[in-house]
Amino acid sequence: MNTVIQKLEERALRKDLPEFRVGDGVRVHVKVVEGDKERIQVFEGTVIKINRGSSRTMFTVRKVSYGVGVERIFPLHSQRIDKIQVLTKSKVRRARLYYLRSRSGKAARLDTAG
Amino acid sequence: MLNGLIGKKIGMTQVADRSGQVRAATVISLGPCVVSQLKTAPTDGYDAIQVTFGKKKLSRVSKALRGHFAKASVAAGAKTREFVRRGEGELTLGQPIAAGDVFKVGDQVDVEGVSKGHGYAGVIKRHHFSGFPGTHGTHEYFRHGGSIGNRSYPGRVRKGLRMAGQMGNECVTVLNLEVIELLADDNAVVVSGAVPGAAGGFVVVTHAARPRRKAMTKVAANA
Repeated sequence: MNTVIQKLEERALRKDLPEFRVGDGVRVHVKVVEGDKERIQVFEGTVIKINRGSSRTMFTVRKVSYGVGVERIFPLHSQRIDKIQVLTKSKVRRARLYYLRSRSGKAARLDTAG
Repeated sequence: MLNGLIGKKIGMTQVADRSGQVRAATVISLGPCVVSQLKTAPTDGYDAIQVTFGKKKLSRVSKALRGHFAKASVAAGAKTREFVRRGEGELTLGQPIAAGDVFKVGDQVDVEGVSKGHGYAGVIKRHHFSGFPGTHGTHEYFRHGGSIGNRSYPGRVRKGLRMAGQMGNECVTVLNLEVIELLADDNAVVVSGAVPGAAGGFVVVTHAARPRRKAMTKVAANA
């Protein structure tokens, strides 16, 4: 890739975020603007996908809320992300955990890393 | 100063503003362009400023053009083009003009480039026709355009009917893109949205001919 674009993207990187991998349990604190007020909303779940690409990196977090599966896609280096907490580490064997969508309860557990 | 500059498309990326809103953006290596001729109404019939951009091996420049550029004692560039004057400012032969001299962040610009060539394309690719069913008796007639007219009246095919033909590799101008950022160190600009052509292709960036008023107020609000 061109160095000008590379420089532009590197400048947009956030270095204050913790590293995490697919399968990790995370708590994402998102800044939400309501009217003229800003508040923090928390989204907690499992990372099922990371689409890497310098500052364009996106990641998907899946959780089950009141029996309904909810997935949210975040831009990793966005200023709208206040902070990310890594809660659990898991051992997974694939990059995209789409198979979790068809599982629920005990079947949707992941092996803890160790 | 000039109304525009010649540049080269570098590629696309995303740019987020302070609130975190992400936009698609194109990075263009713009200028510096060197003034190679000053045309004036008394001598040339009209006023214009000719500039040249990039590098070209001297052996690839025709003798006629060598003479033309020698007159201004300027090295011949890869692309040469005329622009009209815009605003104040003295211009002299051989003067290099950077992107920052012509544009500022928030300006609305038009970008002209040669679109990617798709060759001689059929109607499905070229005009998004839907084609014919894969089964139900369709026989050797899958990607055709269908009927092109009526019968003895009008007895001819109407003008402008969409058919197969050359697609792309033509000059396209996109209007009213916003200059998001000027990268003076790299002689580059970042504009919102997409720009015609492949990365590495030449583009011409000019001030918007028909700026959008709504966008102008939005820019003013951000400033």
